[in-house]
Amino acid sequence: MASKILEIDDLKREFVMGSETVRALKGVSFTVEAGEFVTIMGSSGSGKTTLLNILGCLDKPTDGKYLLDAVDVKSLSRNELAKLRNRKIGFVFQSYNLLARTSALENVELPLLYNNDVPAKERREKAVHSLQEVGLADRIDYMPNQLSGGQQQRVAIARALISEPVMILADEATGNLDTRTSYEIMVLLQKLNKEGKTIVFVTHEPDIATFSSRTVTLKDGRVIKDVKNDNIRSAKEALDALPVEKDDTQKTAA
Amino acid sequence: MNVFKLLSLAWRALLRNKIRTSLTMLGIIIGVGAVITMVSIGEGSKQSIRSQLSTMGSNMITIQPFNNTPQGGGARLGPGDLQTLKEKDAVAILNQCSFITNVSPAVSTRGQAINASLNWPTSMQGVTPAYLEIRVWKLQSGIVFTDEDVSSVAKVCLLGQTVADNIFSNGENPVGKVIRFNKIPIKVIGVLEKKGVNTFGQDQDDIILAPYTTVQKRIMAITYIQTIYAAATDENTSDTASKEIIAILRANHQLKLGEENDFRVRTQAELISTMSSTSQLLTVLLTAIAAISLLVGGIGIMNIMYVSVTERTKEIGLRMAIGARGVDILLQFLTEAILISITGAVIGVILGVSAAQLVTVFLSWPTLVTQSSIILSFLVCSVTGVFFGYYPALKASKLDPIEALRYE
Repeated sequence: MASKILEIDDLKREFVMGSETVRALKGVSFTVEAGEFVTIMGSSGSGKTTLLNILGCLDKPTDGKYLLDAVDVKSLSRNELAKLRNRKIGFVFQSYNLLARTSALENVELPLLYNNDVPAKERREKAVHSLQEVGLADRIDYMPNQLSGGQQQRVAIARALISEPVMILADEATGNLDTRTSYEIMVLLQKLNKEGKTIVFVTHEPDIATFSSRTVTLKDGRVIKDVKNDNIRSAKEALDALPVEKDDTQKTAA
Repeated sequence: MNVFKLLSLAWRALLRNKIRTSLTMLGIIIGVGAVITMVSIGEGSKQSIRSQLSTMGSNMITIQPFNNTPQGGGARLGPGDLQTLKEKDAVAILNQCSFITNVSPAVSTRGQAINASLNWPTSMQGVTPAYLEIRVWKLQSGIVFTDEDVSSVAKVCLLGQTVADNIFSNGENPVGKVIRFNKIPIKVIGVLEKKGVNTFGQDQDDIILAPYTTVQKRIMAITYIQTIYAAATDENTSDTASKEIIAILRANHQLKLGEENDFRVRTQAELISTMSSTSQLLTVLLTAIAAISLLVGGIGIMNIMYVSVTERTKEIGLRMAIGARGVDILLQFLTEAILISITGAVIGVILGVSAAQLVTVFLSWPTLVTQSSIILSFLVCSVTGVFFGYYPALKASKLDPIEALRYE
């Protein structure tokens, strides 16, 4: 049996807004095992973002248990959380969040700057390797504004991969991209998943969920559905099935 | 995060916004440049006053008769006409005072120096050979009269450059010639080195030196002396020496307790300190102005750092999400602020030193760039960077990563 990457049990998160207490999560439980590709679905207001923040160790639950790679997050200090994020989680955001006027390579290197165990030379090698992994070996010195949206998201994925995290946590990672580019990103993520990476992908697009191995659906702060996808759709085939537009000059680099 | 990583990180961040960085730096550059230039002007003038005074012999002590009580009908006499100083006072000072190396009695009178058809109004000062040592004055040609000449009332003299130039036509060697001063013939045995104009605009070379006995007896027909010049062992002992002189002269003049001195003792050190305190004030004022401009530069840094923190909120959020601790963010912004101020300081020092050179070249004001002003500027700038950079950096480090990430 594969090891458990995520283990959450009866997770609750409440916000005090003035005199009112908003209960964003009302007891969420599930586990994610190594090598899974989980999509977390839900409409806005379902508690999806709150859950994502907690899974990403940016926020702590009010109540309940959260183990990330067997580490109990609840007992950790702010600095320990930062270290945990640095070593165990690779973030991919909807708006890429690359540093402007900073080359792709330096953007990818960024997480390792906050890891003193990695010397400068190794950092560079890892960044180059990471960029090769996402198919951007020839764009190392490009600035974000010289890259297309899809390429920028690839740089962001390379950045998430560099510290060899136990989990890639993607937040609407395809939300800013057109269908073709979205599929290209999904091809990449499926490839990474096949290589053994655990991926948790938060989205509200049911289309994206079909590429994952499992879908957890949230509603009003509770899990209403948790289904394994026995019939995983291949992103590569989906991409090939898309009608080729004449003016579509974008290359499929994956 | 080690220092090197921090520095390279901060440098890259600053280079991403070159115009803003250089404008912020400008405040510091102007501040430091102003400090360096102003202090160097102040120090330069202090130095030049000091060196001018020391050409007069900075360890020199001057003793003159002085009487504060009105004589009879109420008219006061000037020091030159008071007759209280005698030769024996000079001897007593030399023999009894432990910090005095040289003593010269002096009398002085004005008159007409004549050589053939050329004449020149000047003053003749009667002294002993020790006077030249007290004043640190050398001969350009010829020889100095001796103590023998003093005791034998010899009619010999030394000419100052100005006098020599005015009563001898070009190229003529005055040494060995006989000139007349107030109709008394007197032989020139030497010419003094040029000493130039003193701080008060007096031409120090417009003078004839002769044995004081000669001036006393043959020219002025007096028995008292007008001034005693004495040299202390150095600048620092001149105060003690002047106290000793006062005690000796009071005993010599048989002054009772409570009776006022009938003489006055002045040291050059007093003069130096008076003059330097004026330029000291100048230095303090200039430094204050410069310090204010540094403060304004510092506030500029703080302002820009605040804007920068707000503008880079998303970046801060991202850095935190991928593992930066609060202290990493704090150090990053602090390093940026310090880098701005230190780089500004380096450029400011270079500009300030060049500006000081320009002031000397074009305005011919003396300037002196002191090491301490450079070191001080650097220290102040580092402190400015830390002080004004700290609060914006602290603000950045306290941001909540969730909200920072969502900031647009």
